[in-house]
Amino acid sequence: MVEAIDHDVIIVGSGLAGLRAAAQVLSLSSGSGPSLAVISKLALMRSHSVGAEGGTAAVLYPEEGDSLELHAWDTIKGSDFLADQDSVWKFVSLCPEEMRQLERWGMPWSRREDGRIAQRPFGGHSYDRATFAQDKVGFFEMRTLYDKLQEYDNWSRYDETFVTSIVVEDGTFKGCTAIELKTGRFVFFRAKAAVIATGGAGQLWKFTATSTSVTGDGIGLAYRAGLPIEDMEFMQFHPTGLIPRGILITEGARGEGGYLVNSKGERFMERYAPSKMELAPRDVVSRSIMKEIGEGRGFKDEDSGLSFVHLDLRHLGREKIDAKLPFIKELSMKFTGVDPVEEPIPIKPTAHYTMGGIRVDGNGRVLDERSQAVRGLWAAGEAACVSIHGANRLGANSTAECLVYGRIVGEDIVRYLASDNAHPLGNDSSLVASEEDRVFRGLFRNETSSEDVYVLKAKLKEIMDKSVYVFRDEEGLTDAVREVKELKEKYRGVRVTDGSKVFNYNLLDTLEVGVMLELAEVVAQGALNRRESRGGHARLDYPQRDDTNWLKHTLARRTEDGPSFSFAPVCITMWKPVERKY
Amino acid sequence: MDKVTLEVVRSGGRRIRYDLRYRKGMTVLDALIEIREKLDSSLGYRHSCRMGICGSCGMTIEGVPRLACQTQISILKTDVIRVEPLHSMGVMRDLVVDIAPFMAMHKSVKPYIMRRNTDERDHSDREYRVLSEEVRRFLQFDYCIMCGLCYSACPTVALDPAYIGPQAIAQSYRYMADPRDEGWDQRIDLLDTSHGVWRCHVAGACSFVCPKDVDPAKAIQMARKEILKKRLLRRKARVGAQPVPLLSSGVVKQGVKPPPFDFGKGSVSRK
Repeated sequence: MVEAIDHDVIIVGSGLAGLRAAAQVLSLSSGSGPSLAVISKLALMRSHSVGAEGGTAAVLYPEEGDSLELHAWDTIKGSDFLADQDSVWKFVSLCPEEMRQLERWGMPWSRREDGRIAQRPFGGHSYDRATFAQDKVGFFEMRTLYDKLQEYDNWSRYDETFVTSIVVEDGTFKGCTAIELKTGRFVFFRAKAAVIATGGAGQLWKFTATSTSVTGDGIGLAYRAGLPIEDMEFMQFHPTGLIPRGILITEGARGEGGYLVNSKGERFMERYAPSKMELAPRDVVSRSIMKEIGEGRGFKDEDSGLSFVHLDLRHLGREKIDAKLPFIKELSMKFTGVDPVEEPIPIKPTAHYTMGGIRVDGNGRVLDERSQAVRGLWAAGEAACVSIHGANRLGANSTAECLVYGRIVGEDIVRYLASDNAHPLGNDSSLVASEEDRVFRGLFRNETSSEDVYVLKAKLKEIMDKSVYVFRDEEGLTDAVREVKELKEKYRGVRVTDGSKVFNYNLLDTLEVGVMLELAEVVAQGALNRRESRGGHARLDYPQRDDTNWLKHTLARRTEDGPSFSFAPVCITMWKPVERKY
Repeated sequence: MDKVTLEVVRSGGRRIRYDLRYRKGMTVLDALIEIREKLDSSLGYRHSCRMGICGSCGMTIEGVPRLACQTQISILKTDVIRVEPLHSMGVMRDLVVDIAPFMAMHKSVKPYIMRRNTDERDHSDREYRVLSEEVRRFLQFDYCIMCGLCYSACPTVALDPAYIGPQAIAQSYRYMADPRDEGWDQRIDLLDTSHGVWRCHVAGACSFVCPKDVDPAKAIQMARKEILKKRLLRRKARVGAQPVPLLSSGVVKQGVKPPPFDFGKGSVSRK
């Protein structure tokens, strides 16, 4: 019998959304409160939210001309009209309170001269509303929330504990199975409520801004439990990934006035977005960069073989770079040997943000295939699809979403626990035993491994970088789908070669790659299906947006033979789709 | 240089050598990843962001605590690189050490904004006015990524496991220097102990190894200054002197007043 651990609420994932949800549950609870646990495959504070750099969007100064309506419009236009507009309105309405909440919890926001919170311009926003703390916004937000949680004693943390499955029976969440890396112990967390807040799937690509831990685990948990995942073909390629690794150079660098320059010395954005220039939305800028490179106006890095263009900050001067973009300077110097005060930074679009994710309603409740909320299960942050980002997320809206939806979900859970709906803790289900069997007997089988999991992972990344990148077409996507299916087949021959129980990273890597292959299939097949270009999904063979046939969300559900697709309408309450120009 | 060897001290003190092809720009983390993926899947080490911000990959490289991800092999000036776990932390497997006691020290100094009015802090819609120069007083200490390098380098931690350590003291000082915080008295009491700030021998190793240029040694000195001021003031108080606010004029005792809020929200109706 698998050991059971009981809590009222478990939060899977310890990034911004997870910590914000935890803080909300704790700050609303009196006395000993509900029994809360935060589970993370990393140690707390190691999540990739710390890598967010440039800003968090919020309307802080309506008296100076900004408005919620304008933030909503920018977000919806940026989404290429695939965002659900009721969700967007709820989101923009709560952003300002979140900035001030973090402020009162110690966030070191950069300040205006009079001591109030400062904001900077950001791509696709028609007002300077990216709230910032130098260029380490996500890091400081994480520090603020992590530190806030240190005030409370009535919660448990399970660091370095990898959740392998969620158990949902009869439309009700029962618990999740997990491996504690420190001991190799397999346990069943039973809980009345859970939040999946595990982030995106940027590691499907090789050239990516995400940390090596961003492997889509939580999205995979829902998918493998038979729940629909939404709009996975929409991946954001951030325009400025540092050569050669793809490390993020914040959009704030362009917000502060940086130029994009090709090998002819031209500020080429003039050709593609004459009014917004470098501050057009990310999908537009990424396509522009790839066009320049494709038409022979890029540079080439001999060591990595990668093509790139320049991000030039030299005209900003040392003082401004040191004050506003110190992390960019540090990253550029440490990871590519370029001092941006002296030289332009070599960049190209890097896999950054998963617009799609677990399908949830406006309260973050996970929806099943009949659009009914699963009792006791929520998702928030990048792992979830609300959808406020639609086909393309605006910069500074993701940290904002994590905070706003972490809070919404935290509040909803407290309400849920107080209501009659809160179901009693579930009993051990047969699903737990079969999951233990899959993980241990399946992957540790006593036979020689016929496939190398690391070879499969490298091959997957190669396929995604080649065929499911900024520009896509039928031929490349067809190949990608076939090749990913072949890799999935080969994965059956993979065995864990490290026999240790303690910190068996080979087991963790093997489990992650299994999830990555399933998600890659959904991404590639979804991209092949969608015969139009919208936001982050650009088809060379279908270059126009097609609202007649494709103004709809993609839903994918897992079957034994791969994903099965269906579609859901977009909620349009404020603005009808129009041509998107910058 | 076209080859590089990593000599890794693994669990039980075994020294294992791995030979790799050197590529320009290769970091120690790149090398470790290559070892696990191509040579030895059982090698235990942590890593995540590979950009020097998550704090996972602290280890002792050529005798110095460093982050593997931002340590270029070329700067080490050797083709046999010694890699060991961080010191003063229990080894759990190979390069994976137990960070729980270190994290517990951080929690022990109450690293969060304390206000007398917790309702205003947790459930209002206000903001505190903080000037840029006030932010600068604590900002560098807020750069701490909790990687544990300073803790590992500290000679006092090595001798006294109950010593709060440079990271936690720096974090305590970070909040003492924050004009929004009203927990100054409590913070002083937590640091003014036999395992607190007076234990530091001012070796400065913490500041030397910090990968984010935080200066914990300075924070320790600043915290000592605050404690001495407090003692001095107590004595003065006995002779009838008026106490004055300690960090900046009136700000710490009072807390920063939030500016009034005069705009509503959500006044726009949906179209």
